[in-house]
Amino acid sequence: MTVLLSVQGVTKRFGGLQALTHVTFDLPEGQILGLIGPNGAGKTTLFNAINGIYPPEEGRIIFREKDVTTLKTYDHARMGMARTHQIVQPLNDLTVRENVMVGACFGRENQNLGHAADSAAEVLAFVGLSARADQLAGSLNVAQKKRLEMARALAAHPYLLLLDEVLAGLNSSEIGNMVETVKKIRERGITIIMIEHVMKAVMNVSDRIIVLDYGQQIAEGTPEEISNNEKVIEAYLGDPKLAERLLQED
Amino acid sequence: MKNWRTHLGLFLPLLAVAGIVLWPVITENVSSRESAFTILKAIALASSLNILLGYTGYVSFGHIVFYGFGGYVGLYFVNEQGWSIWAGMLVGGIASGLLAFLLGKAILRLRGAYFALATIGINEAMRAFINNFDLFGGPIGMTLNFSVYKAYGGAAKALGMSFYIMAGLTFAALIISHFVRTSKFGLGLQAIRENEDAAEVMGVVAPSAKTWAYVLSAIIPGMVGVLFFFKNGNVEPHVAFPLHSSIELLVMVMLGGQGTVLGPILGAFAYQGMRGYLVTSDIFKDIQLSVSGVVLLLIVLFIPTGAIGWLRHRVPPLRRVLA
Repeated sequence: MTVLLSVQGVTKRFGGLQALTHVTFDLPEGQILGLIGPNGAGKTTLFNAINGIYPPEEGRIIFREKDVTTLKTYDHARMGMARTHQIVQPLNDLTVRENVMVGACFGRENQNLGHAADSAAEVLAFVGLSARADQLAGSLNVAQKKRLEMARALAAHPYLLLLDEVLAGLNSSEIGNMVETVKKIRERGITIIMIEHVMKAVMNVSDRIIVLDYGQQIAEGTPEEISNNEKVIEAYLGDPKLAERLLQED
Repeated sequence: MKNWRTHLGLFLPLLAVAGIVLWPVITENVSSRESAFTILKAIALASSLNILLGYTGYVSFGHIVFYGFGGYVGLYFVNEQGWSIWAGMLVGGIASGLLAFLLGKAILRLRGAYFALATIGINEAMRAFINNFDLFGGPIGMTLNFSVYKAYGGAAKALGMSFYIMAGLTFAALIISHFVRTSKFGLGLQAIRENEDAAEVMGVVAPSAKTWAYVLSAIIPGMVGVLFFFKNGNVEPHVAFPLHSSIELLVMVMLGGQGTVLGPILGAFAYQGMRGYLVTSDIFKDIQLSVSGVVLLLIVLFIPTGAIGWLRHRVPPLRRVLA
């Protein structure tokens, strides 16, 4: 299996705050990597570093065998990296279709408008937003906006998809739908890193999980290994019994 | 034209401007030709500003700097170097585009109010510079040698010709506006307007897209400047860089509907109509600009999307026609 993304000793400081400390991992093509940890652990910061929003102080990020550490976020997008935002960022005064077309036009394949309209139609059907295509993005509800974020990212036909809490704020049936969607995305051959707080879902879909705490990588392994890891249970969940309860939670 | 529906939105704008052009031609009235010239000039400038303000979402309070600067450069070559008006307009447009390119690299990284403030500063700095620039006549400005008009069959013919050139520039501004709006480049600009950070994450190269939008919005004003000063026969710093005209352009774009092709036309027409009434009215003639200020305030408070935006919102079927 080839390595799609390699994060090597990435360190990021905000003033006196050590947001990330020597985070290192390799992500093989086609995997789903779960990224978990308490609030403020540095998960979104890691996404921002991988995605080029702000470059790390130390370490390197290798994407498809190229060093992308200091490139701008739009360079990352054009190379085939796409992401969704924890706090949804719709282009409110554009229609849902136009939102997705932006992703298609300016992403990896640099599609022209006609091609982008086709991609948008296809991706909107995939995430179940076809009926809303001509509505303004600002008029969608939160669950729909999360799907829109995902559609925009997918329309670029990326190699790597960064999903930042796509399940947060959704009810349990919406979570079920979204998990199915994530699995279907993997079947398309897209590699995924997902930040998630909904334990059952992340344990269910991830091939591998990395746990961050105060910017440190405290554990890495399969979902089973993580859920039995003493250090994780203690540092992240606090109470060992809580882990069992969270896993059973709907 | 494979997809004629895409270009349906250009139909009404072209028709509206054609009407304004034909009105003095049919009436054969010199005074209505002057009014039409003023309206066409306002439409061309407002449509150009709209590329930056309406599509890209960057508020430029000093857009008139491109009109003044391009006009000065072009008139200098026409007057002092004996170039034709065509070459003068070309060089004026290029000069303004180049100025926008350099300025864009420097100030387009600023956002919101900071960018708006920077544009005001640039306009004032340029006015102060020209005021002290002897090649362009310093504070006195430049007066066109009457002999320049001879090449065009005398002053009267040159003025008549200016009207048709103005019409051509206005059509050009509309066509640029429409093609920016319906192109992939324009989609990127609109993404920047809605959320610049999200646009960049999706791969829109915002710094270069914004710079090209700024350049595109500066070229036509530069050419209009050359033509207007040529027609006027002289240029002075305070005529070339009037800050209040920048603000009037903003009112026009906001009134008609920013981010649409038809909006700036409607806004320019309505604003010039209102202005024409106000400056001749006994009550309002001295406070004409205050009234514009109040109008801007009312628009921002009650119809921030302008007349066309409001209509598009209220009557969705109109979306295809009102672009």
